[in-house]
Parts: sequence; structure tokens; C-alpha cells
Amino acid sequence: MPQPNVLILRAPGTNCDQETGYAFDLAGGNSSFVHINQLIESPEMVSDYQILCLPGGFSYGDDIAAGRILASQMQSRLADVLAEFHSSGKLILGICNGFQILIKSGFLLPPDDQGLPATLTWNDSGRFVDCWVNLKTDNEKCVFLKNIEKMYLPIAHAEGKFVPRNKQVLNQLKGDHQLALSYCLANGSDDDLVYPDNPNGSTANVAGVCDTTGRIFGLMPHPERFIDPTHHPRWTREGNSAAGDGLALFQNAINFFKD
Amino acid sequence: MVDSVTNTTTSSDKSQTTQGQETTTLWQVDIFPVAGQPNRLSSEVLDNATDLRVDESLEVIAARGFLIQGPLTHQDVARLTSELLVEPVVERCEFALVGSDSLSQPIGKLTNLLTVLPLPGVTDPQAESALMAMRHLGFPVDVVRTFKKFWTSSLSESDQNLLHSKILCNDSIEMIVVGKLELDELQLGQKYEFSKQDIPLANLSDEALMKISQDWTLSLSLIEMHTIRDHFEKLGRAPSDIELESIAQTWSEHCSHKTLAGRISYRDENGERQFENMLKETIFSATMQIRSDLGESDWCVSVFKDNAGIVEFDNSYNIAFKVETHNRPSALEPYGGANTGIGGVIRDTLGTGLGAKPICNTDVFCFASPDTPFEELPPGVMHPRRIMKGVVSGVRDYGNRMGIPTVNGAVFFDERYVGNPLVFCGNVGLIPKEKSFKEVQPNDLIVSIGGKTGRDGIHGATFSSAELTESSDITSGGAVQIGNAITEKMLMDVLLIARDRELYSSVTDCGAGGYSSAVGEMGEEIGAEVWLDRVPLKYDGLSYTEIWISEAQERMVFAIPESNWEQFEALCASESVEATVIGQFKPTGQLVLKYGDEIVGDVSMSMLHDGRPPIIREATYQPVPESDIPSFEFKTTAQWTTDLCKILASPNVASKHWIIRQYDHEVQGGSVIKPLVGIQNDGPGDAAVVRPVLNSRRGLAVSCGMNPLYGDLDTYHMATSAIDEAIRNCVSVGADPTRIAILDNFCWGYTDRPETLGSLVRAAIACQDLSVVLQTPFISGKDSLHNEFSYTDEAGSRQTISIPSTLLISAMGQVPDVANCITMDLKKAGNVLFQVGVTGDHLGGSHWNLVNNLSGGKVPTVVPERAKQTFIQLHHAIQKGLVRSCHDMSEGGLAVAVAEMAFAGGLGAKITTNEVGIEILPSDSDSQIELSYATAALLFAESNTRFVVEIARENVEQFRASMGDIDVQELGTVISEPNLTIEVASNTVIQSDLITLKNAWLGTLDWK
Repeated sequence: MPQPNVLILRAPGTNCDQETGYAFDLAGGNSSFVHINQLIESPEMVSDYQILCLPGGFSYGDDIAAGRILASQMQSRLADVLAEFHSSGKLILGICNGFQILIKSGFLLPPDDQGLPATLTWNDSGRFVDCWVNLKTDNEKCVFLKNIEKMYLPIAHAEGKFVPRNKQVLNQLKGDHQLALSYCLANGSDDDLVYPDNPNGSTANVAGVCDTTGRIFGLMPHPERFIDPTHHPRWTREGNSAAGDGLALFQNAINFFKD
Repeated sequence: MVDSVTNTTTSSDKSQTTQGQETTTLWQVDIFPVAGQPNRLSSEVLDNATDLRVDESLEVIAARGFLIQGPLTHQDVARLTSELLVEPVVERCEFALVGSDSLSQPIGKLTNLLTVLPLPGVTDPQAESALMAMRHLGFPVDVVRTFKKFWTSSLSESDQNLLHSKILCNDSIEMIVVGKLELDELQLGQKYEFSKQDIPLANLSDEALMKISQDWTLSLSLIEMHTIRDHFEKLGRAPSDIELESIAQTWSEHCSHKTLAGRISYRDENGERQFENMLKETIFSATMQIRSDLGESDWCVSVFKDNAGIVEFDNSYNIAFKVETHNRPSALEPYGGANTGIGGVIRDTLGTGLGAKPICNTDVFCFASPDTPFEELPPGVMHPRRIMKGVVSGVRDYGNRMGIPTVNGAVFFDERYVGNPLVFCGNVGLIPKEKSFKEVQPNDLIVSIGGKTGRDGIHGATFSSAELTESSDITSGGAVQIGNAITEKMLMDVLLIARDRELYSSVTDCGAGGYSSAVGEMGEEIGAEVWLDRVPLKYDGLSYTEIWISEAQERMVFAIPESNWEQFEALCASESVEATVIGQFKPTGQLVLKYGDEIVGDVSMSMLHDGRPPIIREATYQPVPESDIPSFEFKTTAQWTTDLCKILASPNVASKHWIIRQYDHEVQGGSVIKPLVGIQNDGPGDAAVVRPVLNSRRGLAVSCGMNPLYGDLDTYHMATSAIDEAIRNCVSVGADPTRIAILDNFCWGYTDRPETLGSLVRAAIACQDLSVVLQTPFISGKDSLHNEFSYTDEAGSRQTISIPSTLLISAMGQVPDVANCITMDLKKAGNVLFQVGVTGDHLGGSHWNLVNNLSGGKVPTVVPERAKQTFIQLHHAIQKGLVRSCHDMSEGGLAVAVAEMAFAGGLGAKITTNEVGIEILPSDSDSQIELSYATAALLFAESNTRFVVEIARENVEQFRASMGDIDVQELGTVISEPNLTIEVASNTVIQSDLITLKNAWLGTLDWK
């Protein structure tokens, strides 16, 4: 298959669209930027794409709660077309605000008879924070994390604390290998993490979650902010790596359609 | 896909008979965290209560919520809460019709119920978004408003007042309702009855003229009122209110800079100098000189004429830079003031040329100490800690939402900022070369896009030109605006697309003075006719004059050829941005204002822009006599080390991580050097570097320099020191000193006093002198005058606090290839440390003086030619890869610079000052004191143009050779043990482990 087409969804307040598109293109994709109004007007256009990406930002200002308004819009206007997109074997990625939207719309973790099984809410600090975190993966299922064991990436959010409804939900997600990405120390340990190693107080240090197929993935860290060696906060002392840790995630998404 | 939220409990004990699809109802939804989740709003109130020492027994339970008005049933509201308003898993809600008893039941022993609502007309972004989302879901909602609700334990009356007025509610934007909330409906404004108002000026006495100026908040002087009276007498008619307002806005200090761009007669120790236009003949003229010196290689593109200055960047792009102040609004409502400050400066770059894309922000603040005791505050003043928290949140929430990285900043504390905090907001924009200029064409349509117009910020321009007093927060409520970043983000998205499709011929932002300034400026050469009744309003009831001068946020004005309007309108609609034709640039030379068919104003552009009477101002400068070195006790090693810790812990030097981490400094994907650097990502970087074009290796560095304490001694040297510092910071990370452009922001006291104006003119002359030698052009600037606060003290006498003379220099540097950037953290044990530059006994205005409570000493000066050569040679060494780390020496001098490099790198250092010569010492003083003072100077002097650099041992000779004639002194080595040792004249004077130094530096502003 030639270059997979990537639909980068824009909405009022989206702000990581350009660099996310750049990262996909660098990984071998062909990105287009589509406004939510345009997608709602002609939802069938989504069939021209292999990957749908919801980039970071503050959709509709994150007013009411992060991602909530766009989630509600997508739920009420795009549920069918996105379900079809997904069931045809395509990929959906949500980064930061995109993750919040995927969670709150129920696309990532569908609701059961008690409603949504989990949410993302305010950091324990009550504030926005921008810092770098160590991450480790459970890549049994998640397409985007294939062959990736650990990553070092920046986070930048105010509402990134993962809260499952209860222990059963958490255990089930874990057992299903859906808790695909979690905060840890540089040595991989994740016992009793505190700020800033677990920057928001997420339950079980969860930083990213995939659906039961591994083809929908949402994460709070920003892989598109570490694709160039000079993105690393200590490149002037530790020297340049060949590429940033985040690039592999975009390459996995693109290669999924080439394998 | 979500069916329901189970945590919803409802109540509907008030009459249900009012319900039904056609009857308008007003619902209240209270939202709480579920058990086990933190109540952030309560914690915030309790934290602030602790700051203000409210009784410790205070208990609070808080809720956030929405008032929703429309023909809605109970079932509708239940759906709204579950599908939109209440977060699953972590929140629950209660809702009922407003006024229902169920909503006002005490919670346990918490019996006091308080509801805080935004005042009618104040921007409420959450409510606007909620309304839009509810309508998207198909609900017939008319109005939404947010509120906060608090139940508190009983308090003494004084604590209760403190809680209401200083913590829960800021009465310039909010109101507080005690007890049950009873409301029939949310007001939507009242219908406006048109009537044109004329203001006869003919034959009025001087007193009567000045009364009009004051009553209408015009801030016009008597001479200006005379000029206006005479102008309309000649026309044989009275001016209308809108004509008078238009003139006042255009002539305001804020919009026209009439003081600094005016005639000034200046006198100092060197004699007299007459200026026709002071700024033009100093700072602007320096840039003209540099451009002509550079000839063919002039890299300035547009300076001092557009909304931001523009210089060349690479073959495809130019860059624009502007820094604005938003001081007065931030004093009254810190959050709104700061967020509209950043919003405003972003519109400046968006409105530069045909539109620059904002790529990074810089924010610099001046406050009184956050530890100021509450009882020492003058009346009517907000506590500096609350101002600081509000300002930081305001910048954070706006900058982050705009998706613009905030990469640089500084905070300076001095008690004299208590009534006048300073908030500088800056923005850099990237603009395609061919889009750098604009020109309105005759008959272009005047189109406004973005936010709607309300009463927000009426008289902001004229208010900001007046002095603050303790009653300012009462009289100027209309001047406070709240921003809505997403409206501006949407506007920005549309603007950049429309620019690339070439749909418009000119654009500018709507800032101070609103449409009156924007349209007035754009139409200056042509003329304009404006149809005020077509302007989209937030609510009914605005008069034509209010529409014209409103400073409602997030609006920009475009000049659009008629043939492009349809396409432009369609583009805006596709992104849900409102665009409206509000007039036309008609080639008449007149500004004609219409409301419906009525002409309400008709003034010539020449009267507006050239009619202001010239005023000659007196300015004098009396040099501060140079004082002897201060007397102080001889110091031991322990005491020198304590001094170092004190300076590291002083709030100006201390780590600003609490602020920096709240800003998104990496969005847009071009981060190269972050604000915090080093082995634990927490050392104080000198300047940030970004790569604005993702597929290019060219970088842009942003830094600043400011030191108001030097200004107390000599504003000339304060200015040159600030320039030197800003450039040092840029050069330290690898920027090319021949490609640094700078901006000036003067914030001064009451410049109608000749000596205050004199100190400013002196600083401007310094800017001219140094920038010409350095060949570093000023490309834009802004001033804010009359920063004084007046109040009546307890003894009944009138007191005035003037801010220290404050000049912020912001620098924008360029890095040819970011691979050559370096940072300030020590890299490797065994490397050699050098000082670059010359140390003098410059302890006047130093932080060593400050922490020891000393005064006197010499102010740091700049030796211009030496500075120029030092910057160039050091840059060459950095470009050759010879320098492993580099840190600028500023507050706290050598000792602070080395300490910061050491703890940032997690490596120790052992140095001596043996090679650092120092020419000082008045010979008649006591020799032991002399020795001690020399030690103080070697350790802590703030002499300019100095750096500490780290060089790999094998590169030492090459480095020395590369530096040529520039003074370079070997200091010592980097060591792996985590200790800092400094020897002066073979005595160890500083000895400390790094943890102690680092904790001193981290602790001061490490807020929760």
C-alpha cells in the first residue's frame, strides 16, 4: 500500500495539529487537516483515510471539562461513521486532548450499564503542568506501541488523571492489556510513584489506554514533541540520539498498513 | 454512546406547573466531586484564607454550576447534566428550578450559603461554550451563566468580610449573593433607544471644559480641550459625544504616546537638548543609523510603524516581535488583566503586515513581595500574592489555549510595585516575506471578525493614561475585561488561511480604543464610513458611542475588496467564526460614523491624527551623587557563604519553576532549549530557543534584561545594563550577536514631573548610544506612564507610591544551526572554567547590597566597544564547538553564576579569583574593609558583559586563541564531588555542598 492517509481532526481550540501532521508525514504518512464542521457536513470523507488522529489542544476551550464538548459532538453526530471506520480495520489515535475526547465520547472504553467505566480528570496538583516523564508499555495488544518497551516524552495538561470507576474495571483493563502505557521511573520501577514521576496522580500510573482491538489508542504524553533529537531536554549534555522516542509510535501506525 | 450518568440526583420540589415546552424556566445545576475525589474549589479558598490569616476553623464546601434558561423540562435538564455538564465517574450533581429549597439546605454545620456570579455583561467563556454545546444537542436554551457556590462555617464579621471581598469575589467582575439564590430570569440587556447627543463647548469656561473631560473619562488636557472647542467653533457646530470620544481615544497617551513622541526640553549635567519628538530622535534614530551603516546587509524590514517590528529570518520568512504592558487592568483584576494582556499582544503580531503566525510568548512581571504583611498594604490594594497567582493563571490559561509556547520570562519584586504591578506580555510571530506589508485600498469593506461587542473595557485607553487611586477599583469597573482564548484561536486559524488565500488588503487588531482606534488608524490616509448599528452585540442596549469605543476582546478589523467578501464570509462560516461588514473605506478623508440613517459623527482624519496641539514638556536630570562604599563588618567564610545562599533565595534570583511548569513551553513542536535545563531539568536557562519552521534547523532565541535597582542610581546605566543583559542571555545559548533585535518597554512614574520625565529621557539616550555601537537595532517599543498609586494613610495625609523606573529590554536572537546551541549546566568533571569579561567594584544596586540591606556603591556600566567585541568573539568560540556550557553573570555576580551552573549540572566546582583582576578601592578607607569589599566585588559585583564558560581541557588553548584580545580569566575546574569552593586571595571564602545551595534557590517560590 502507498502512503497511508492521515486525517488530523481540527476543532475550535485544537492546537497540536501542525506538528502532529508533521510527525505522521516524517513517519511516511500523508496528513490532511480537516475541520470538525467539514467532517460533520460530509462524514463519508473519512473513508478516504486509514488513520484518524485527534491531536492535542483545548477543544472548545476545554470549557465544562477537558474534551467534553467535542466528545459530545462526535458522539451525537459521528458515532456511526466512526464505528464503521474502526470496524474496517483502521486506526484511531488520540493525543492529550484527543485522549480525553476518546475517553469521554465512549469510543475508547464503551459505556456499560453503569455508564462510562473511566475518565480523565484534574491533576492532583489542580494545575496545568509541562514536564517530561518516563513511560513503559504493555504492547501485547496496542498497535501503536509495537516493539516499544519504554519512552521518555513530555506531558502538558491539567486534566490527565486517569480514574477508573472501580477496581474491577481497572483489573479487567489490565488483564486485557489495555493499560498500554504507564508512568515509571527511569529504571522502569513504578512502585509508589509521586509527582512529577506520576505527574497527575493517575490510578495505577496509567498514561495511555487502548481499546480491546489495540487499534484505538489514547495517551496523555505528546509523542509528536519528541521526534527530533533536539527536543530532548538534555540533548546538550547527553548528546544526540538518532531520532526522538516519539517517532516510533507514528512509524508503527504507518507500518501497520504496509506490513 | 453514553446512555446515562448514574450519579445524578434530582430535586424538583418547586412548582412543576411552570414547566412545559413553551414556558421559559430557569434551572440551577450544582456540581460536586463524588466522595473520594478532591474538591479543588474548596481547597483553593482554604489556601487563600490561610494566606490572609482568616480564622483556622473555617470550613468550606464548594460547588460549581450552571444557570440554564429556556423552555426546558425536568427531563431535558436531566439529559443535559448527564450528556454534557457532569463528568462521569468523578462528579455528581443536584438540579432544580432556581429558588428551590432543595438547593439551599445547609450541609452539616455549614450554614452560610454564598453564590458568586459574574456581573451581567462580563465575559463568561464556559457559559458561552456550554450554550453552544446545548444548542448543538438540540435543546432550546436561551441563556447560560456559570456560578460558584460555597457553604461555609460561621465566622466573625471581619473574617466574613475578608472572605467575601478578598477571596470569594472580585467585585469588579463578580457579585456575591448571600443566602438562597432567587432569580426570575437572566437579563439579556435592554432595548436601546437611539438619541444623538451633542456636547456644546462654545464659550465654556476652562473649569467647565475640564469638568467635561473628567466626567466623560476623556483624560484630555485643558489645551487639548481648547483645540477641540476651537475646531468645532470653526465648523459652526457642537461636537457629538462620539466625536469627542474619538478624538480622546486617538489622542490618548495609550494610543498616541504623546509624551514621549512629543516635544521635550531636556537638561542634565551635560547641558540642554531640545527634542521635537523624543523617541524618534533617540531610539528610532539609532535604528535608522544602524540600517544605514549596514547598507546592503540591512536586515530590518519594518520598524516602529506596524503593530510589531519585523526583521529578516531566513530565505522564506521574516519574524515580528512585540511586547505590551497591561498594568492597570491587572491591578484591578489580575486574571482578566493578564489574560487580555497576552490576548492583546498576540493580536498585535496577528495584525502585523498581513498577519504573522504567533510562535512564542514571553511574559515578565513586577510585583511587591508575596510575603508583604497584609496589614502593611495601602487601602484599596490587592495582596501581591493574590495578584501574582491571578496574573500567572491568566497568562497560563490564555497562552496555553492559544497553542503558543511561553518560553521566556522574568519576575522582579520590589515593594514599590504594591499599587502598580507591571505585566509585560510579548509575542513573536513568523511571517512569509511577501506578507510583511499591507495597504488599505479605497472602497475596501471594513469587516470585523471574532468576538461580539459589549460594554467591556469602555474607556480602557483613557483610563490607562491616568493614575490609579484606592477608589480605582470602584470607578473603573467598566475598564476590566475577561478574555476568551478560544474565540481568538478560531480567529487566528481563519486569519492565517485567509492571508494565504490573499482575501484581504489590510488587517489590524482591535485593542485600546476598540473600533475607534482600529478603523481610525486603518483609514487615516483614505477616510472611512462606519455603520455602527450593524456591529454584532453581546446584548442589547449599547449606545452608538459605546459600540465605537468598547474594548471587547478578540476582535480584528480587515479591509476586504468587495469582490472577495463572499469567499471571506464563507471561510469564516466554515470555521464558526462570525464576520460582519461594518463599513467601508471611502476616499473622503473624513471619518463618518452612522447609526442607521443618522450621521452621528463626521470628523476629518487630519483633525484626529494631526490636530493634537503640541505641548513642550520640561525634563531635568540631576545625577545621584556617587556614594562611598557602604560600611559593613568584615566577613568570615561562613558569612560569605550565607550571603550566597541569601542571594540564591532572594525572590528575583530564586527558581521560577512554579510559574514555568504551568506554561506549555513545547507546543508547536519546535522546542530546542527549554526554560529549565540541566541534569534534573530544573536549572535556570539563560534564554529559550525554538525552531519555528519544523523542517529547518534555524533557531530563534528569546531573552530579556531588566534591573530597576540600577535605575535608583542612574537610569542611563540601568538602560545600558538591561540591553547588555538581554544580549548576554541570547549569546549564552548560541545566538548570533549580529542578528539580535531588541524592544523597549518603559514603565515609569508620573512623567508630568520634570525630574521623572528627565530620568526617562536619560534612559532613552542611553538606548540610542549603546544600540548604535552594538549595531543592535530597536525594532518596536511601548511605554506606560503615570504608574503611581495614591491613597490617604491612617493619619489622614495623602501618600503616593511611584514605581521604580523600569525599562524592560526584550531580545530576539537567531541561531544559524540549533546543533550549536549550548546550555548553562556544567557538563563534565575535569573541564576548565573561565570568566569572560572584566570585573569592577559594581556593587551599587546589587543583590548583595539588597540582601545585606546596604546602599551605595557604583552602578554597573557598559563599555560599548568592549561589549560588542566580547559578544562576537564568544559567539565564534561557541560556533566552533569550543564551549561546553555558558552562563551570563547578572544578579549575584560570579558566585551566583557558578553556583547555578554547578547545581544545574549536578557537578561541583573549585575555583579561585586569582586571575580575575579588579581595579578599585578608594585609598582612604580602612584596609580590612577594603579587602572585604574587594572580596565582595569579586564574588558578587554585577559588572556587565561577563560570562562564565566551561571548556574541555583539550580545547583550552584554542579557546583562549579564539577569544583574542578579550579578557578571559581561568577560574578553576569542574569536579565530580557535589561541592562549591571559591578562593579569593588564597583564602577559601565560599564553601558549600550543592544541595544547600540548590535548596535555597528552589525553596523561595516553591508554592503548592
